[in-house]
Amino acid sequence: MSHNPPVTDWVNDFDHTDQQWTDNPFPIWDELRTTCPVVHTDRFLGVYLPTTYEAVKQIAYDTEHFSSRRVVVRNARPEITMPSPPITSDPPHHKPAKQLLLPPFTPDAMKKLEPRVREICNELIDDFIADGACDAAAQYSKHIPVRAIAHMLGIPEADGHLFVRWIHEILELGVHDDAILMKAAHEMNDYFSAHIAERRSHPREDLIMDLIRAKGPDGQPLSDMHVLGSLRLLLIAGIDTTWSGIGSSIWHLAKTPADRKRLVAEPELMPFAIEEFLRAYSPVTMAREVMKETVISGCPVKPGNMVLLSFPAANRDPTMFSDADKVIIDRKENRHAAFGLGIHRCVGSNLARMEMTVALEEWLKRIPEFSLDPAGEVTWSEGTVRGPRQLPLRLG
Amino acid sequence: MQGKVRLHVDPSKCQGHSRCKSLAPELFDLDEYGNAREAGDGTVPDDLVDKAYLAKSNCPELAIDITED
Repeated sequence: MSHNPPVTDWVNDFDHTDQQWTDNPFPIWDELRTTCPVVHTDRFLGVYLPTTYEAVKQIAYDTEHFSSRRVVVRNARPEITMPSPPITSDPPHHKPAKQLLLPPFTPDAMKKLEPRVREICNELIDDFIADGACDAAAQYSKHIPVRAIAHMLGIPEADGHLFVRWIHEILELGVHDDAILMKAAHEMNDYFSAHIAERRSHPREDLIMDLIRAKGPDGQPLSDMHVLGSLRLLLIAGIDTTWSGIGSSIWHLAKTPADRKRLVAEPELMPFAIEEFLRAYSPVTMAREVMKETVISGCPVKPGNMVLLSFPAANRDPTMFSDADKVIIDRKENRHAAFGLGIHRCVGSNLARMEMTVALEEWLKRIPEFSLDPAGEVTWSEGTVRGPRQLPLRLG
Repeated sequence: MQGKVRLHVDPSKCQGHSRCKSLAPELFDLDEYGNAREAGDGTVPDDLVDKAYLAKSNCPELAIDITED
């Protein structure tokens, strides 16, 4: 729940943690887009919000005026003590830090992980299918990315409840309370420090080991701070994002029987449907910090402010996408920006796509008929990542 | 089709979204970082021309060019 006063003027005083935005942001973006490509609020110490594809694209490609050193809009802007490279890196430090992480996330690497993800999905379905009902967010979509990233990092899948708590504390509660964020970040550091120490004495093959062995551009091993920062990033970025993508897709199919039936009958449409769900229900809104004064789509932006880089709003821009407000599961032309644009393209995008595809395929194979439970309530996460957190369904 | 169709990936624009590779695997190769380049010399066989245009219209970075002689 937002700690701020409710918004009464979205054009001049927006708030991405307002309950109205959390429940249904789409009409808000549509209203703002017709008013001005880039609006401003004094909340959160000053933030701009672009809602057109063109403005979002211009900012995403402009690393001179916009820094990634802060990527979440929050109530405070304390000194940066714990960077998470490469997501918080600017050129020239960004490229070498990102290249370390790219090889383990190529499409070929994801094919090797895919069988384990299929097993995970089926283990989860086994647990609730006989009940005839489930919470598809809490019992299904949430656990798939948690277990997949744990598998890649070589950490126990059973620790997933810790990861989910840290992410909630960092990306939701931490937006309003710096102490909660720092406590969670320190707990993550302690957790990963123990795993690093364990691998130094007993080497094994996993992503943590890869980072311990990696060398920076100077030929030296990465600092502990770099390794811990990248591990925090992989855990934070790898979980509720994909959890949200899977959950929003299942939510759409639960309330749209025609699309559900069509996807069951024509499974070859799945790659197009996945991209359309990513466009229409993009989970992730990143942020940038304005470093130098510039003009975006005719709107002056000034240092001292943050920018809420809304890829979700850009993906609903009717000048970029025909019928932008409609979900068209066989949409053929789809240059959506759900994974960002430019140098900060999501390093885990191939993982996310694979997890979403496998999660929907395995679900539809075993549960072709399902609908929203009218007795239950769908609730949504707040702020940086958007996705259902409660998704009660009737199965069959 | 009229003449020879060729595609080219601009390496300075590609950010490794991999959309082209998944839509038209015959026409693109990926390097170790997942960045794409055209397979071979970029010549598109007649039966894959539609796939080439599909890949182009799904590249978020506008990194794919197609030319027809």
